[in-house]
Amino acid sequence: MLELAHLTAGYPGRPPVLRDACLTIAPGEAVGLQGPSGCGKSTLARVAALLHRPDHGTVTVDGHRVHGWRHRAPRSLRTRIGVVFQQPRQSADPRLTLADVIAEPLRANGRRAEVPDRLPELSRSVGLTDELLTRRPHEVSDGQLQRACLARALALEPRWLVCDEMTSMLDASTTAALVGAVESYRTRTGAGLLAVSHDDELLTRWCDRTVTLAAGAAGSAGAAGSAKDLDTWTS
Amino acid sequence: MSPRPVTGQPTTPGPAADTRGDPSPPTDPRPVLSLRHLTVTFRMRGGRAVRAVNDIDLDLAAGECLALVGESGCGKSVLASALLGLLPGNAVVSGTALVHSPGTPTAPLDVLSAPEKTLATRVRGRLIGLVPQSPAAHLTPVRTVRSQLAETVRELHGTPRAELRAATERAAARAAFPPDHLDHYPHQLSGGLAQRAATAAALVGDAPLLLADEPTTGLDRDLVEHTVDELRRHADAGRAVLIVTHDLVAAERVADRVAVMYAGRIVEIAPAPSFFGEPGPRHPYAHGLLQALPSRTFVPVPGMPPELSRLPTGCAFAPRCGRATAQCTTTLPAFTDGTACHHA
Ligand code: SF4
Repeated sequence: MLELAHLTAGYPGRPPVLRDACLTIAPGEAVGLQGPSGCGKSTLARVAALLHRPDHGTVTVDGHRVHGWRHRAPRSLRTRIGVVFQQPRQSADPRLTLADVIAEPLRANGRRAEVPDRLPELSRSVGLTDELLTRRPHEVSDGQLQRACLARALALEPRWLVCDEMTSMLDASTTAALVGAVESYRTRTGAGLLAVSHDDELLTRWCDRTVTLAAGAAGSAGAAGSAKDLDTWTS
Repeated sequence: MSPRPVTGQPTTPGPAADTRGDPSPPTDPRPVLSLRHLTVTFRMRGGRAVRAVNDIDLDLAAGECLALVGESGCGKSVLASALLGLLPGNAVVSGTALVHSPGTPTAPLDVLSAPEKTLATRVRGRLIGLVPQSPAAHLTPVRTVRSQLAETVRELHGTPRAELRAATERAAARAAFPPDHLDHYPHQLSGGLAQRAATAAALVGDAPLLLADEPTTGLDRDLVEHTVDELRRHADAGRAVLIVTHDLVAAERVADRVAVMYAGRIVEIAPAPSFFGEPGPRHPYAHGLLQALPSRTFVPVPGMPPELSRLPTGCAFAPRCGRATAQCTTTLPAFTDGTACHHA
């Protein structure tokens, strides 16, 4: 289980963007999180990915309560969660080749020896050709770079995937291809998914259920976002 | 649709330049934007040449909104940058891109051959208003929205100081930017409000052509609808609007016509209702792209687009096309009757 309980989170000097948000994802479950701009859905995704420390509330990953975030998160928990963000150019080191981008988590976790075996399999799973693997980010399109970022997120075979607006810069075909790659991975491994998007049609098609985060408090004095299940769809 | 005239150099203004019988406004039959053989090639290190935009012909009339759609890297944003003279130094541009201000006696201006000074003083903001892709990057972080918008108003209209405040607020209102946020800095705005601030700046100069480069990226559905409805309103008010987007849902909502770009070429141009409805796209790529939507089959077009530096001979889509025949791999399909396909 990935359990987010009573989360309040935000940024220094501003009212919290999330207030008392709760969300539980069962193993193998795909949950879509939607809501208007500024409702705190990306903040919630960052907390779930152990990248942003909440002010209040708890995160529990497969029964382990999380006490540290970012580099303070224990490796054993961090490696259970793979993350893909909206902007591949901001999350891939421009000096690395796509092959190195994908292999980065294996190298950083002392599993360098697995790279020759895993790299072809990972790149194939996201539809990247060998030729593209030798390129650097500025030599490929956004769609191709995002494929590499997804392969990187899958490198450590995470139990959970957090996809924060993974496809919102991409065309329909690349979107369908990336979602297809995530779904084959989940079918094979039984991983759970938190997919954040402003596109409700996409989430309806992709996820088992969709949660709506109400309008948040970013930049205004309104009520902060709180997650509640408004609708459940089955695809 | 008749985007391929046989006239050689349609640079002469006047009726002789336009014999295609466009359903244009009665007063001025000339298109606001007219592209002929627009080609952009990037010279890369090692002598490699990347042809990002390849022989594009396109006409856009006043009051019309055209959506240029395609995968990332298909060349659609390069086309937009070419019109504004904003390409990097290694880009080589050929062809013509005439921009015409309807109802004025001034001859259409070829923005591809115009010197930077002309682009700065006559084109950007005045003939072509740009609604940018990342509004945050177009706004200066250290100045308020009011101050930036006021400067644009003064620059383009020479508004006297005493009237500037009111004129600035009117400019903000045209893009539905809330007046009580005018004194905010860009980083204090949500993505949607930053988009509106940038749109307000694009509208100030009353340019006959609005160019919106991925105006809906990262916006939630309500804001997408609001943004494209605004653009529609500006088309209805008589501007020509060219929207470059990967968002087919937004395109369907706003466009009169859709142009699909693949590997640097336009492969189909169709009226939006027949493209999104019946009979649907005719080009196999356009068909696949539309079917990939989550509201349709959600199945991607197989494979990936070809390298622009190493295009196959014949049809660039052939390696991914279920209908490809021997002819497709040897002969480039000409653009005729709305599509570039041997078997459409
Ligand atoms: S020309 Fe041939 S390969 Fe190209 S889209 Fe048409 S059928 Fe397919």
